[in-house]
Amino acid sequence: MMTPEEEREFKARRRSRNIALGLTLAAFVVLFYLITIARLGG
Amino acid sequence: MTTAASATTRLPTDWRDFVSLTKPRVMSLVVFTGLCGLLAAPGSINPILGFTAILCIAVGAGGAAALNQWWEADLDAGMKRTASRALPQGRMNRTDARDFGIVLSIGSVLVMGLAIHWLAATILALSILYYAVVYTIWLKPRTPQNIVIGGGAGAFPPLIGWIAVTGHITAMPILLFAIIFIWTPPHFWALALFVQTDYAKVGIPMLPVVAGEAVTRRQILFYSIALLPVSLAPWWIGGTGLIYGISALALSGLFLVQALPVAFRRKRGDEDRMKPEKRLFAYSVLYLFALFAALVADRLILGGGLSL
Repeated sequence: MMTPEEEREFKARRRSRNIALGLTLAAFVVLFYLITIARLGG
Repeated sequence: MTTAASATTRLPTDWRDFVSLTKPRVMSLVVFTGLCGLLAAPGSINPILGFTAILCIAVGAGGAAALNQWWEADLDAGMKRTASRALPQGRMNRTDARDFGIVLSIGSVLVMGLAIHWLAATILALSILYYAVVYTIWLKPRTPQNIVIGGGAGAFPPLIGWIAVTGHITAMPILLFAIIFIWTPPHFWALALFVQTDYAKVGIPMLPVVAGEAVTRRQILFYSIALLPVSLAPWWIGGTGLIYGISALALSGLFLVQALPVAFRRKRGDEDRMKPEKRLFAYSVLYLFALFAALVADRLILGGGLSL
């Protein structure tokens, strides 16, 4: 069992990891969109 | 599973530990030389695709670095410089590091192939395999020539950057590869002479420890001499103009001048401040940046400008 303090730390880390992953995925969506435009233009 | 895994690994790994697994400082040199290869290549590339190519080189290098740390976690734990890394400290599961490295490696190769072309993707895949398998797993723990072999891994980025633009392998990108390959041993061994590392403790056969200081100094001279013709070769074969030719002659000449005192002296007791070795090391870093900057300047000024 986790102490309340550990649980807070657990949630904080999980949250920051999810945000980092979400931003990475969003960046990928933008990158793939731009690559597609660039390849179609070429 | 790491033996150091304890209560700490119950917590999700901090995302910053994943970032540090990619060795961001090494990556900055990879990005610089890769970008120089891309900018110095004849022809043009769409800026978005150029950015994507550099991103793939950087992420591929990050994946290879993660695999390197996954494999060497036990060794890292035994050395002062690396003991505080995420894996030896048990802040991360070993399998997580391995999977992270594999995902970055495969992802970078796939995106390179889809966005640029499959020749660049193939060379990128080769460079990752070379660093993670041939160097880290196979030869680094087995031969005191490990630095020479490791130099091959660092030499790939400008080659890949160049090929991303041109689409084929020619003499010029191979020469850029050769320059970094020849530059790495004197760069690293100069450092190894004045920094007391504990590689010996964990069983990695570094040249100064295995073959002694005198042999290392001779090898530094040998590579510094070789660097002169190799760095001038792009100009000799007509691949660059005079800006690069003169810069290469001056920079490599100075490299040799700095290497001479290192080659012909011996460490005098524990009070020796190892100044020539420190100078050579500091200069070697400047050398690589200046040489590749000259290559790009040559192309931009004499090559009729770039149509990015």
